[in-house]
Amino acid sequence: MGYVNVEVTPLPGIGVRKDFAIGNGRRVGVVTQRDGKIELIVSKSDDPDACLASLPLTAEEAGALANLLGAPQLVAQLTEEHRELPGINTKQLPIKTGSPFDGRTLGDTAIRTRTGVSVVAVMRAGQIHPSPTPDFTFTAGDLLVAVGTAEGLEAAFKILKHG
Amino acid sequence: MDHTALELIELGAVFFALGALGRLAGRIGLSPIPLYLVGGLFFGQGGVIPLGDIGEFTQLAGEIGVVLLLLLLGLEYSAAELFTGLKRSWMAGVLDIVLNAAPGAAVALLLGWGPVGALVMAGVTYISSSGIIAKVLGDLGRLGNRETPVVLSVLVFEDLAMALYLPILTAVLGGISFFGGLQAVGISLAVITVVLVVALRYGRYVSAIVDSDDREVFLLKVLGAALLVAGFASALQVSAAVGAFLLGIAISGSTAENATRLLEPLRDVFAAVFFVVFGLNTNPASIPPVLAWAVVLAVVTTLTKVGTGWWAARRAGIGRLGRARAGAALVARGEFSIVIAGLAVSAGAVEGELAALATAYVLLMAVLGPIAARVVEPVARALQRKTAGVTRTATDTP
Repeated sequence: MGYVNVEVTPLPGIGVRKDFAIGNGRRVGVVTQRDGKIELIVSKSDDPDACLASLPLTAEEAGALANLLGAPQLVAQLTEEHRELPGINTKQLPIKTGSPFDGRTLGDTAIRTRTGVSVVAVMRAGQIHPSPTPDFTFTAGDLLVAVGTAEGLEAAFKILKHG
Repeated sequence: MDHTALELIELGAVFFALGALGRLAGRIGLSPIPLYLVGGLFFGQGGVIPLGDIGEFTQLAGEIGVVLLLLLLGLEYSAAELFTGLKRSWMAGVLDIVLNAAPGAAVALLLGWGPVGALVMAGVTYISSSGIIAKVLGDLGRLGNRETPVVLSVLVFEDLAMALYLPILTAVLGGISFFGGLQAVGISLAVITVVLVVALRYGRYVSAIVDSDDREVFLLKVLGAALLVAGFASALQVSAAVGAFLLGIAISGSTAENATRLLEPLRDVFAAVFFVVFGLNTNPASIPPVLAWAVVLAVVTTLTKVGTGWWAARRAGIGRLGRARAGAALVARGEFSIVIAGLAVSAGAVEGELAALATAYVLLMAVLGPIAARVVEPVARALQRKTAGVTRTATDTP
């Protein structure tokens, strides 16, 4: 894995800016304000000091974005590790708003018993919670990283969606 | 109608009018400060509607407004931020003082207000409005820009300079001799150093004294502590405002954040009263004679602030557009210029014209500042294109 040098700049009276330069030289990062507001920043190409966008995100939105960005990498890593085992797939399964398991535990889903699928990690707000126990409580926006057969994963997806 | 009823009605009318003005300011994207000042001019002495009955209350409320303005300014920065800001930006800070205090002092001397008037006007033109600037940077989505830390560290330096300047000013306004003035400076330097060290090492103990899980208890304790410290500081001739500011610095961490959140609405109310009281005590008829000087000062100090920001940003390795943005962002003057002028006026040590000049100046700068921050980018880009075009035609022609 490549090394990303995140620059942390204090903004006195406002918060902290954390950003890094991506391959083409532009900066990507976040400004975290003292009151918890998060802004996603992307620098302009013709004026590297300025920001093209400065998008205010709620904590949930920031978490969802972090999952979108982080989960594929985790899944790719797991898929890579399972490559020698044909028939085993790794997939991301979302807990969407309105899912019957929003606020309930992994044990409640009984996914393992019903489909043979194992939940190996949960991505929440950009954080990985590896090997969740049956009492792990889901909330909307969580991304489950599950390993199993293709059919099993399909069934698990439906269970999480409809109960 | 009895006295209390009349007072309540007047006070209610003032607050309601201020609310309406604040809403108007928000609509047109302005800081409400100039409109509060205009509101104050409108009421009161020589204004359209004189207010007699609530003078005592508004006077005290205005004083509380100053204490809260400075307390929240202190809360805004932790001692560690002040130290790093000082280390990183002292050169830009010194340039800032030289460039921006000089025009105010020069005009005061030209108008024959003497060294005291010069000291006051130097402060008025020097200090940028961190409130207006932080808001504008947020509104324009510039928090993530690379020049923004430069702008903020200049503001941090200015606030430290205020902590030194206010006790000196208080001493001078109090008519203390030159030697006494030096003593006041010595005392305040020592006190500030002690407070900064205490805040850095033992900030959590200070925070623990005022902290509480109960909002009501917390609010009362913080407010009480601020007024106590301000009062004692004032009794010791160190300036109430500085006392509150230093208390703000000493309170740190999550306590500071909670205190800021709780006190902000209170500060807004009392600070609004303070601006109105300042406007009330300024006779609108005294403004036209000094208006030309206010315009001169506005033009000169806009250029000097842009110069300060440009220089500071260039030192930090920021490109031309960023330098222009940093300069323009610093232009706004506001609450603290009025605090300084207010101290001078209430001490009775300066001419009434000074209040008029300060009012007119802040009216101009509080409006001009956000506009400058907004238009600087298109203007700088247009200029850049023009010069780029010129060089291209120059090279094109053989």
